[in-house]
Amino acid sequence: MSAIYIMWLRQLKRHFRSKARLIGSLGQPLLFLLGFGFGFGSIYQRAGGGSYIQFLAPGIIAMSVLFTAIFSGIEVIWDRQFGFLKETLVVPVSRLQIMLGKTLGGATVATIQGLFVFFISLLVGFRPTNLSLLPLAFLFMFLIALVFTAVGTAIASTLTDMHAFQLIMNFLVMPLFFLSGALFPLEGLPKVMSLIVSLNPLSYGVDGIRGALIGIFNFGVMFDFMALLGSSIIFLFLGSFLFGRIEA
Amino acid sequence: MENIIKVNNLVKEFSGFKAVNHISFEVKKGEVFAFLGPNGAGKTTTIKMLTTLLRPTDGSVEVNGFNVLTDKDDVRRSLGIVFQDPSLDDELTAYENMEFHGVLCRVPTDLRRKRIEELLKFVELWERKDSLVKTFSGGMKRRLEVARGLLHRPKILFLDEPTLGLDPQTRNHIWSYIQKLNKEDEITIFLTTHYLEEAEKVADRIAVIDHGEIVALGKPKDLEAQTKTHTLEEAFLTLTGHGIREEEGSALDQMRIRRRMRGIR
Repeated sequence: MSAIYIMWLRQLKRHFRSKARLIGSLGQPLLFLLGFGFGFGSIYQRAGGGSYIQFLAPGIIAMSVLFTAIFSGIEVIWDRQFGFLKETLVVPVSRLQIMLGKTLGGATVATIQGLFVFFISLLVGFRPTNLSLLPLAFLFMFLIALVFTAVGTAIASTLTDMHAFQLIMNFLVMPLFFLSGALFPLEGLPKVMSLIVSLNPLSYGVDGIRGALIGIFNFGVMFDFMALLGSSIIFLFLGSFLFGRIEA
Repeated sequence: MENIIKVNNLVKEFSGFKAVNHISFEVKKGEVFAFLGPNGAGKTTTIKMLTTLLRPTDGSVEVNGFNVLTDKDDVRRSLGIVFQDPSLDDELTAYENMEFHGVLCRVPTDLRRKRIEELLKFVELWERKDSLVKTFSGGMKRRLEVARGLLHRPKILFLDEPTLGLDPQTRNHIWSYIQKLNKEDEITIFLTTHYLEEAEKVADRIAVIDHGEIVALGKPKDLEAQTKTHTLEEAFLTLTGHGIREEEGSALDQMRIRRRMRGIR
């Protein structure tokens, strides 16, 4: 247990020590909120969708959790590059515990990031409809964080250099974000797109957060919860399997 | 004396290139065993296989009675290691790096605090314990790595070029501490170094490895006698050739070595 705790603590210390990283990581969600929120706001309203900020904010919260979580997982590549990975691989602690500690740490960081963005969204005019469901929204943030930190760790465990990073960004992270319903409603999508959306774990996270905050569920709260829980178990297994096979 | 490390016919191949080629040797419990060899001879690769970081292609390794393939956790519990390349977390402080290691190696809290203080004072980093490692100089980082490797008093301590880049004062200081650990706590030491005078001074037995093969093994004096030389440095050069090495030795180099080996054996 203490091994998991110290791995968790390391992730938190690293994240919150870097002020530049903290501020930088809030810039993008703010830009999306302002740019998309006010840019498309009037069109969305004219099309009869109501307030776009109300619709968009849960999606942007999910986005920031997704980005932070994937990057936390991918830190394994950095650890390899700077040699620290070897230190965690020769200590008498099972790889499973190392991986769990790292993943929980990354997931905690990503959830806190989601909270920050939630508060920012309040500043730009977002208003949750049911405050008593806030904890449910936080739970969904944490589940998204868990799934994608594990995904990041799994990917990073199979890569040996940092240059693959851009590849992951363009071919995994951005598609996950765009095809999740974070930016647009899921009704009336073409069949292929709608299939991809339904295979994307983030879709259920976005839906869960949006449902908890403004009361509109697309898939249903139980379905969202089970889909995310299932995904997190699958990716935690996959991540710890791949992490366990790392050689230095 | 019983053997604490048993290596039998160990092989490591990297896409066809044999970095370690059928080596066998034993390390006795409580001894200081040195691995000498030119750059790219296979020292670090061997250490990585002995410490479960790399899967051997073939052969068997037993460390403290445990197999490195099947009882990885038991092997890791038996050993400590100071790596050749940096392995600190730059974004944590010196103290946090030590603490992190201590917790993962399950050193009880009180003992951990006591030893961290003792070791950081020993490597003269106690005043800087709360500074981030990224603000340290190369020598300071090296000292911290050594201190960290000594924190959990393992049965076997692997030291891969522990004193590389350190000034003579610090080197002396560190070796005398390691020798003390070896004598008082009966920790077996497995080390590699480029400083032959260090090997001569501290090692009970020396294995000379070149091109992935062990070309000589014995007490420092025996190696000198074998090669009819007077210093370990001459013995080393006789055994491994005078050519400067790239990571892979040339065929000509290999031939020269074979000839020399035949000459002395």
